[in-house]
Amino acid sequence: MGQALTLIFQPKQLMYLVCGVLLGLSIGVLPGLGGIAGLALLLPFMYGMEPVAGLALMVGLIAVIPTSDTFSSVLLGIPGSSASQATVLDGFPLAKQGHAARALSAAFTASLFGGLFGAVILSFFILIARSLILAFGLPEMLMITVLGMSMVAILAGRVPLKGVVAAGAGVLFGTIGAAPAGGSLRMSTYDIPYLVDGFQLVIVGLGIYAVPEIVSLLRQDRPIAEGGTLGDGWGQGVRDWWQHKWLSARCAVIGVIVGVIPGLGGSVVDWLAYGSAVQTAKDRSKFGQGDIRGVIAPESSNNAKEGGGLVPTLIFGIPGSGSMAIFLGGLALLNMTPGPQMVRNNIDITYTIVWSLALANVVGAGLCILLSKWIAKMTTIRFTIIAPYLFMIIAFAAFQSRQSALDLAALVFIGIIGIMLRRFDFSRPAFLIGFVLSRQTEIFVNQAYQISASRFHRSAAMGWDYILSPITIGLLVLTILSVVVGIRASKNIRENIDAPTGGKRAPAIFLGILVAYAALSTIDAWGVGRLQDRIFPLTIGLVTLVGGLFLLLRMARSPATDDVFIDIERGAEGEAPMGLWSTLAWFVALVAMTFAFGLFIALTLFLLAFFRVRGRFGWPGTLLATAIGLAFITGLAWVLGRDLPPGWLQTLADLPWPLT
Amino acid sequence: MKRTAFAGTAAAALMATVASGTMAADFSGKTVEYTIPFAESGGSAQWANFFAPLLSEALPGKPTVVVRYRPGAGSTEGANWFQGEQDKGDGLTIFGDSGSTKFPYLLGDPRVRYDYTGWQPVLASATGGVVYLPPDLGAKFDGDMDDLGGEIYLYGSQGATTLDLVPLLAFKMLGLDVDPVFGVEGRGDGRLMFERGESNIDYQTSSAYIANVQPLVDDGLAVPIFTWGALDDAGNIVRDPTFPDLPSFKEVCAATAACQTEGVAWDAIKAFIIAGFGNQKTIFLPASASQEVVDAYTEALRSIVTADGFADAAAEVLGVYPQLVGDGAVSATEQATAISPEAKQYVLDWLQEDYGITMQ
Repeated sequence: MGQALTLIFQPKQLMYLVCGVLLGLSIGVLPGLGGIAGLALLLPFMYGMEPVAGLALMVGLIAVIPTSDTFSSVLLGIPGSSASQATVLDGFPLAKQGHAARALSAAFTASLFGGLFGAVILSFFILIARSLILAFGLPEMLMITVLGMSMVAILAGRVPLKGVVAAGAGVLFGTIGAAPAGGSLRMSTYDIPYLVDGFQLVIVGLGIYAVPEIVSLLRQDRPIAEGGTLGDGWGQGVRDWWQHKWLSARCAVIGVIVGVIPGLGGSVVDWLAYGSAVQTAKDRSKFGQGDIRGVIAPESSNNAKEGGGLVPTLIFGIPGSGSMAIFLGGLALLNMTPGPQMVRNNIDITYTIVWSLALANVVGAGLCILLSKWIAKMTTIRFTIIAPYLFMIIAFAAFQSRQSALDLAALVFIGIIGIMLRRFDFSRPAFLIGFVLSRQTEIFVNQAYQISASRFHRSAAMGWDYILSPITIGLLVLTILSVVVGIRASKNIRENIDAPTGGKRAPAIFLGILVAYAALSTIDAWGVGRLQDRIFPLTIGLVTLVGGLFLLLRMARSPATDDVFIDIERGAEGEAPMGLWSTLAWFVALVAMTFAFGLFIALTLFLLAFFRVRGRFGWPGTLLATAIGLAFITGLAWVLGRDLPPGWLQTLADLPWPLT
Repeated sequence: MKRTAFAGTAAAALMATVASGTMAADFSGKTVEYTIPFAESGGSAQWANFFAPLLSEALPGKPTVVVRYRPGAGSTEGANWFQGEQDKGDGLTIFGDSGSTKFPYLLGDPRVRYDYTGWQPVLASATGGVVYLPPDLGAKFDGDMDDLGGEIYLYGSQGATTLDLVPLLAFKMLGLDVDPVFGVEGRGDGRLMFERGESNIDYQTSSAYIANVQPLVDDGLAVPIFTWGALDDAGNIVRDPTFPDLPSFKEVCAATAACQTEGVAWDAIKAFIIAGFGNQKTIFLPASASQEVVDAYTEALRSIVTADGFADAAAEVLGVYPQLVGDGAVSATEQATAISPEAKQYVLDWLQEDYGITMQ
């Protein structure tokens, strides 16, 4: 182990590590881009690089992505990556109350602790982890996924049935496309190849959270921080973390455990951490409205998860997540192949990776804490100026999916769904959890069923031994406890503080649409020929349909003041200076122009019109602001090696880059 | 990426070519786009990023070579895109496919709107795969599968129309009763299933086998039984050069009573072994590329694969396999993208009967 420390503390290696950290911070700050974009950027330079230097660069980048993506979660209410979804729930309300710097520094301190914790565990764990990892078979992984899904109970909101319907709709949304087992198409057709692959998490995450928040803030035409001032400084955040250090430690443990098990990844860990924080808190009344614990818990776990995630990557050569998959590719270009061989024969390299991770966390989190005061000032700028750049960035993140104008259309379409869920008090986290865990759950159910059926075929005892292992039973008990405690806790967690009611029509229409979608999905699933591909969406569809019908029944019987008719347009939201549909029309227009002229031209027209009309800039300011936006987006596309999506115009004539 | 300056340069180059009758290709100051129909993660990105800087150095004029990613629809979307670029023959557009692109084409997948017959291959990379068993079953292997036919097998599969078509069809031909556990997302996850004891037959590509399964073999936790084999110059399946001590599937099939090395089933599996392993990844130029452009790439790639140290550098990333250039690439690609109608129908019938999968 001493030699590994010697290796990483050489000046050249430290320099590469810091370069990786800086790149990770730069990429991570942009919502939706995340680790895959950063690593993809590095890949072309990996070939021929000195192994330890290349390692330091990559590890530096990986370590800080879960740290820096907190900026957009807290400051904008937009999950920076799948690892920071839960941070939005309390981090963003704090920013709106003027406590952005406090929330950020608490988050970064928690991230630092979580990252170091993960690295320490990794150091001692890596040599003995193999047998533990192999103890988690498909039934065990299925139960962890179900445990993650059970967090819906906490987030269900005032009307638990709405949580069921939201989660069910999310799961169904996740089943769109080719089934993971047999490839049968569900709610899609080969005539629209885009749907065959289903929707990407990046687009759904940005659609459900980013678009609604951008639209909501844009309608207010004022800074994010109400009153336009900053409250407590970063010192308060550090003190907050210290006050809740045991919560941080517990969540870091959760992060390491989930990270160690290949196949689960970051999307589930932050909800587990957030859920456990809520369930164990004595005072739950502030969660969802700016409780600092709601920031500390997920940020501790998501950094610890990276340390945990290196275990299967290094021991088995199996990536636990998308960014780890690229990490493996980079290692191969450095002539390293992780796996049992590497851990045995090149233990020094293994520990170089481990300690580079620890050091990168220190550098990354330290930089973030120092920067948080200045970056938090963004919340004091009029949001109308920030919004078009923000939308441009998330659109670019969405394009990373397929580089198609359909990506932008999907983003806006799903954004409208997010707006409606938010408006009518359906739980967006429940929808997102359902979507994220949909594929995993289906895969694990199918696989566990196939294997256990084979075991039962041999003997009943073998079958039961496989399904009801001690770990599975323990997780089952934990899940039941989680649901029971979660339902009680959910009374205290509100996405919307106010719950205005006042009209029946709009809420009923939206619920009707959800029920129609559930019915359509159920009918479609019924028509799937292959049993393995049919049973999961059919079951979820029926459950969602029943939940939706019960809600409709409640609507039919209840007065207009019942919570089932919550509509935040009837409250303060509806009194915003700008209308919902007129604001949304800007983005719909951008989509339409992209289909017609390609993104670059569409963006030019959009930015010019937006700054002039909505921003009320003069022409010089408009031209300058537009030029800045275009320069940024084309620069980003250039360094990441992406074309901007073409439109119909580009089918008529070949145009030079970036108008392609 | 096309730039305004490039358009003018291209026009000038074209006129010069016409005027002089012939002109060696020169890519000075230009950018080659090397597109793969996969995401940044995975073996194809690794393969492309390995060759991109080498091409940049070896092509005349030392152009910039950037890798672009067009994932989606199991790699068919990127291939459909390349089909639409067949008029971009200036040498600045190249495409790298994989077995995952060749299989849907061979099967007549409705998503496929590309046709390999026009594409010009300049490099064909082979790989291999090893099938292995847990030790108790491995002890029964004596060169044929006759003693293993009574066992119930579970195999972690990525899907019957993926590269797993090869092991699934091979196991069927060998008379094994194999239940695939579908939904596995990578062969690494299949191996993990094996290590957990949930599956009891598995295969890995060569590089993954060397890195991850060889330690299991050394520890007595796994027993290798055969490889998919490799193509010789005459197009026959022979032993895999990386594993000369292991029999090829062809040898095991010939030795197993239930298995035939001739007839429609054999024709089918041979076609897919070649498409999936014998020539798994290929670099293509569009149909309209001139002979000069093709020659430039051929010479560049030949100098790359014959350079001192290439074999060692490639071994980690690509394995110890032929990197075919020029006529070798053309021949290997023809074999990898052709299948007789009878063999194709046999496979489609098998997919429908055994797995309920149809191509329509």
